[in-house]
Amino acid sequence: MTLPRVNAVIVGAGAGGGIVAKELAEGGLTVVLLERGKWYTAYDCRKDDLRNQRTSVLGCAFGPDDDRYRRVLVGADGQEHVVLPSDGAYNNDAACVGGGTFSYGAMAWRYLEKDFRMRSTYGAVAGSTLDDWPLSYQDLEPYYTKAEWEIGVSGDDTNNIFKGARSRPLPMPPLPPSREHLILKAAAERLKLHPFDLPMLRNSVPYNGRGGCMRCRWCVGFACEVDAKCGTHNTVIPRAIATGNCTLRTECVAKKIVTNDQGRVTGVEYFDERGRLAEQPADFVVVSASATETPRLLLNSQSRLFPSGLGNRYDWVGRNLMGHAYSGAYGLMETDTYDDLGPGASIAICDYNHGNPGLVGGAMLCNEFIRLPIHFASLSPPGVPRWGAANKDFMRRFFNRCIAVHGPVQEMPVFDARVQVDPRVVDDWGIPVARLSGARHPQDLVVANYISGKAAAWLKEAGATMTWPKLPGKGLSGGQHQAGTCRMGNDPKNSVVNRQCQVHDVPNLFVVDGSVHVTNGGFNPALTIMAIACMASEHIVQTWKGTRMRG
Amino acid sequence: MQITAVATAAGPMVSCLGSSTPWRCLSENEARTLEAICERIIPADQDPGAAWAGVVTFIDRQLVGPYRRLRKTYQLGLAGTYATSFAMFGKPFVALNPQQQDAVLQSMDKGQARGECWKQVSAKSFFDLVVSHTMQGFYGDPRHGGNRERVSWKMLRLPYPPVRGRMPDQTSTDSAGFTDRKSAKSAKSADWLK
Repeated sequence: MTLPRVNAVIVGAGAGGGIVAKELAEGGLTVVLLERGKWYTAYDCRKDDLRNQRTSVLGCAFGPDDDRYRRVLVGADGQEHVVLPSDGAYNNDAACVGGGTFSYGAMAWRYLEKDFRMRSTYGAVAGSTLDDWPLSYQDLEPYYTKAEWEIGVSGDDTNNIFKGARSRPLPMPPLPPSREHLILKAAAERLKLHPFDLPMLRNSVPYNGRGGCMRCRWCVGFACEVDAKCGTHNTVIPRAIATGNCTLRTECVAKKIVTNDQGRVTGVEYFDERGRLAEQPADFVVVSASATETPRLLLNSQSRLFPSGLGNRYDWVGRNLMGHAYSGAYGLMETDTYDDLGPGASIAICDYNHGNPGLVGGAMLCNEFIRLPIHFASLSPPGVPRWGAANKDFMRRFFNRCIAVHGPVQEMPVFDARVQVDPRVVDDWGIPVARLSGARHPQDLVVANYISGKAAAWLKEAGATMTWPKLPGKGLSGGQHQAGTCRMGNDPKNSVVNRQCQVHDVPNLFVVDGSVHVTNGGFNPALTIMAIACMASEHIVQTWKGTRMRG
Repeated sequence: MQITAVATAAGPMVSCLGSSTPWRCLSENEARTLEAICERIIPADQDPGAAWAGVVTFIDRQLVGPYRRLRKTYQLGLAGTYATSFAMFGKPFVALNPQQQDAVLQSMDKGQARGECWKQVSAKSFFDLVVSHTMQGFYGDPRHGGNRERVSWKMLRLPYPPVRGRMPDQTSTDSAGFTDRKSAKSAKSADWLK
């Protein structure tokens, strides 16, 4: 089934794709936005502690489902495991309109100036493909601002002396402080650190036609019951559709990108919501399917001219998969600190993102999102048995008296940490699945250890009578912060897209999601994905108005 | 000895046949053994334990749902627990006193429980599974069959209703009788870490 031609097909309605859809549709282009998942709303907020995107032991509430999706994970021992989405090893990101932004914690970080110049700042790192971005913080700044105002960010980073200059303040004030926030703020100030109200893609006050946060305890991993969390599903995607130029097709699974004999893409083959194969012809294609699914689609789009997949002439598609090596500490306090005010995470420091003696990079540190009992059940410190009367007693006494401080350690990109397509295993639609292999760079664990020590020191200053570390494992990193697999760069020999997110050797194919990140900062990546989407869309619309992508 | 025990145990353990038991997947014997294990993982003290909270109901329900791929693991693991307790104390697990039950579980936890019965599923991996499922059933959402009357949330002094902006149910009939947080807090002393 071949459908009427449109200007653009966008694969994936997440952080990147949603923004591109809106910018293109408002620019007058006809757009089809394909999304493999459903369009959920605030009504679908089930507040189910065991079935959400953070704790998915009984399944991922917003996809993908365990029945139709799988991946292959190659362990450190070379053993292959078929893993399901509800398993952490799948490195899942939500499959729904809004993608991760539908149920995320919604931190809204701008990377720091040095995060775009890691190679220049620190030099080469053995065993890593560490490099500079082909653009600077200043290049991206107007688009960070655009994303902050169009999607909606609350917070106050005035006191963050490490941030790059901003052209406009955040549109919304921070939420009032929780008890934990006040304790940590005073402690950080005593330590001469620079605490501030961390920025969140969350309404603290009515904004954009939606109300403010009601501060419930079901936040990260859940749909927002009052629609106060700002994702692409409740901002740019409705605006894209309102133009009349954008058609959103949900439950449509992309199979391959179709190319012609001139080496240009001509559309996307996909399975629709009833499992029928359809082809959507287009003047150009934008892939925004996440750092795992984007390379999978490019690699699955082999043809005579592109025998190893699209954009993969130099074998860089799927390389450098990275997420964050989360590291931090837990502290037990003398009095109750839990006050049942979501979203929990509220205070941060950037004192340890850079300039750590002898180390490359670092991490932002902040307090953890509000904790549900099921989360606390696996956190007992050394010395407390993980089952039996003593464990129960620990739970009862300390659930209300524990503060966690942690941060996403910036990872060193590793060439062999990668996404391939599996030669044997296919999903329910018969499409070869993603095959994940590789491991973290050893340096990440050294930095993680250092950051964990800093978190513990902050907690001790805050009055913790006991602290214990939270440290990452050695294994492959990706997860909800997945990035890096279609690197942006000026040289086609060691990158996949140029600084406009255009695939080097296919002029009418773009990648707009976390895949293009050269490095992933010591921060949650959502706002950077959004800023890059704003920047890339502007270029696409301008190019379209000039050459119609035919040049 | 162990092999005999497995055979004896396996007889009534034909599961998921929709018999007249209250369980969806487990046999009566399996459910009793599992409940005894869970109750050692989260024992009753001043607050109810895993058995009262319905952790077995939670696990049994999931074994016909998201955990259906773990049915065999549970069958083998529960038979293995039976066999190990028979080998250690000459009695089925449910007939042991709490100290003996803990000794059996510790031998599984440390991977010391061996024998034919643990060839397909190791004692350690089975015990780890039951620990995590017990935590889920006790501390997770009551909608899945465990955490009866939100017993663990009350133990942790988590206020109900959980959603701000909705009126508390003043006519709550909970048997455990939730007290408001302030009085609950003052009733607890903070001497554990001394």
